[in-house]
Amino acid sequence: MSAQSTAHSFKANATGAMADAQLTGNLKAVRQNFIDKRAKAASELPEFEALRENAKEIKNHTLAHLDLYLEKYEAKVTASGGYVHFAADAEEARQITLDICRKVGAKTVTKGKSMITEEVGLNAFLEANGVTPVETDLGEYIIQLRGEAPSHIIAPAVHLNKEQIESDFRRVHTHLDANRDLTEKTSLLTEARAVLREKFLVADVGITGANFLIAETGTSIIVTNEGNGDLTQVLPKVHVVMASIEKMVPTLEDVSQILRLLARSATGQEMSVYTTLSTGPRRKGAFSSEVDAGSREENATKKEARAQARGDVDGPEEYHVIILDNGRSAMLGGEFQDMLRCIRCAACMNHCPVYHQIGGHAYGWIYPGPMGSVLTPSLIGVDEAGHLPNASTFCGRCESVCPMKIPLPKMMRHWREREFERNLNPAIARYGLGLWAFFARRPKLYALSTRIAMKAMRLLGRGKGRFTWLLGASAWTKYRDFAVPEGETFQAKWKRERGVK
Amino acid sequence: MPVESLASPDQPGAAPRVALFATCLVDAMRPTVGFAAAKLLEDAGCTVHVPPQTCCGQPAFNNGDRQTSRDLALQMIAAFEPYDYVVVPSGSCGGMISKHYPELFAGDPNLAGRAERLAAKTFELVSFLTDVLGVTSVSATFEGRVTYHDSCSGLRELGIQSQPRKLLASVQGLSLVEMKDNDVCCGFGGTFAVKYGEISDKIVSEKAVNAQASEAGTLLAGDLGCLMNMAGKLSRKGSAMDVRHVAEVLAGMTATPPIGKVTPDAAAKETTPRGTTP
Repeated sequence: MSAQSTAHSFKANATGAMADAQLTGNLKAVRQNFIDKRAKAASELPEFEALRENAKEIKNHTLAHLDLYLEKYEAKVTASGGYVHFAADAEEARQITLDICRKVGAKTVTKGKSMITEEVGLNAFLEANGVTPVETDLGEYIIQLRGEAPSHIIAPAVHLNKEQIESDFRRVHTHLDANRDLTEKTSLLTEARAVLREKFLVADVGITGANFLIAETGTSIIVTNEGNGDLTQVLPKVHVVMASIEKMVPTLEDVSQILRLLARSATGQEMSVYTTLSTGPRRKGAFSSEVDAGSREENATKKEARAQARGDVDGPEEYHVIILDNGRSAMLGGEFQDMLRCIRCAACMNHCPVYHQIGGHAYGWIYPGPMGSVLTPSLIGVDEAGHLPNASTFCGRCESVCPMKIPLPKMMRHWREREFERNLNPAIARYGLGLWAFFARRPKLYALSTRIAMKAMRLLGRGKGRFTWLLGASAWTKYRDFAVPEGETFQAKWKRERGVK
Repeated sequence: MPVESLASPDQPGAAPRVALFATCLVDAMRPTVGFAAAKLLEDAGCTVHVPPQTCCGQPAFNNGDRQTSRDLALQMIAAFEPYDYVVVPSGSCGGMISKHYPELFAGDPNLAGRAERLAAKTFELVSFLTDVLGVTSVSATFEGRVTYHDSCSGLRELGIQSQPRKLLASVQGLSLVEMKDNDVCCGFGGTFAVKYGEISDKIVSEKAVNAQASEAGTLLAGDLGCLMNMAGKLSRKGSAMDVRHVAEVLAGMTATPPIGKVTPDAAAKETTPRGTTP
């Protein structure tokens, strides 16, 4: 069982969110912080569109040969001294993680920001089994203190303002001076950094996600801005990477192309502050760790040979990669495969008019916004998450900014087709649509009935331009007026004025 | 305008035979838009035909009912394929035919070709005038400030953004002021507006605020669905702002009251009891 879902009560979730003035105020940050910056970053890179096309092809190729690349990746990780674990579902992924922690007697684990560990509900599971997880990404740390899930895939605490965060820090950091000043964002940051520094030093295991897994080299990559991911994976004795199967990319060259899109699409940065590549555990030296200074002139080959002899000066002693499926392999070869190109930049939700109004929690599971509306039904079922692909105006802004050119509206429509085939949509919608289709399929009957109906509506609305209430249209008139039609239909009037052409 | 663009592709030298698909909303709610489209097309040298028509099938398509979508698409194809062009005063219905019909019949050896051929000659009205016919100006007058909402399908599926602005710039007396977030969805989304009315309401409320803040007297767009949504919200808010389809202004056919409004004369005439002379 993955993390708990409330996606089935999407409507109630959304109503609650929109009634929360503090939340809707905080959500304005999404529009202010991401949209203009992304547009500027994209416009400043002449080859941005060409890169999107390349990135799409790279991922399409990878997905078409995913089995081969996974095997190659596994062989490379093993050769570099690491371990690869394949987890079919959330339960397996959690258990493998716990077993690794238990083997080294871990009491505390630090965590870099990872949506996959959110998906499998790792924190609650570790805690229930006596291992304390500590989130070290600032946003994740804040929501962990609040017992919340992320509301955004790259800005997990975007639904909160600094006053809310201040009050959480005062509630939890009781060892600090109660009269300290926390009114500035930087003071909150400094406090979190000081508290977390202690956690980094005592952690037995560090768990991160991965933005990419590179088959060519057996490397995992994390892309961060705070440096917490690096401390998480370098300081403890054991580094565990948890990533889903579609994070695979064939080569370093491929990943360097996609990296040029990722930060620009996400935050509008050219690159994120840290892009960290991890290949295997700390390499042990063949000789003692004595450092000889070497000469300035020594060539690169000699330098490398000396580094191998000496071994790495830091890094974990054990390096594990848990590769999670959890429903994704079933998407391969089907109409939702394109979704597996997603690199989790969040551009889709940053530009989504629905997300802007309701925020991420209303979607009810781990992945909000347009990407979630496609992915969530794939992973937890359309019976549970059927609202999500319907709660879109199909405005297409998500697809227009997606660096991987994922046809998000089209795939939401495919979910609607599945729901329609299985009679999952509301009866009233089905009957309404069926009745309309009955007339629309019969042009003569349609012309006659619309002529009568529009004339009747005109009479009903005579002297007024609008209806403030209309029988059968109350779902519309609850929020807005309905214009009174002109009275004669276009086709009837055309025929009358022009004759049949 | 380029002379060759006026020719019918089938018969060089003859005026292009344009089938006007008014859309179901224009047909039922606002015939003026259909007549405005016909006038613009005729002024540009086309002959305009109105084949029997109902709906392009978009509501069914977007609600997952593929069979009904295909049935209605076939009905459209049969009625409209004899003409040189199909022109639609709507970006979303135009996009349905030109982008989604080929998807609906992809892989169908009998119908894919017909769907693709119809798609290739189907255009949204304003972009047809500018991009196909090479129209650069219209002979219309409209006194006042207007603002233009970029409807989503027209903008993102068909690339319509500069075309209406270019033609509006040629309208005597008109000045265009851009509103904030003119390219952001109005919250209509077809059945979305009723299935998720509360969310739709929040989105259109913001649109209304932005439109009013532009201080334009009239809000224009190229899709009647979006227009009815925005007009409905503005009037519910008690705004005096007028809302019209862009074709009405370009064709100089603004005698019809704005969407959701009545002229004082018409109101008086309509409310006069039958059998009496005013």
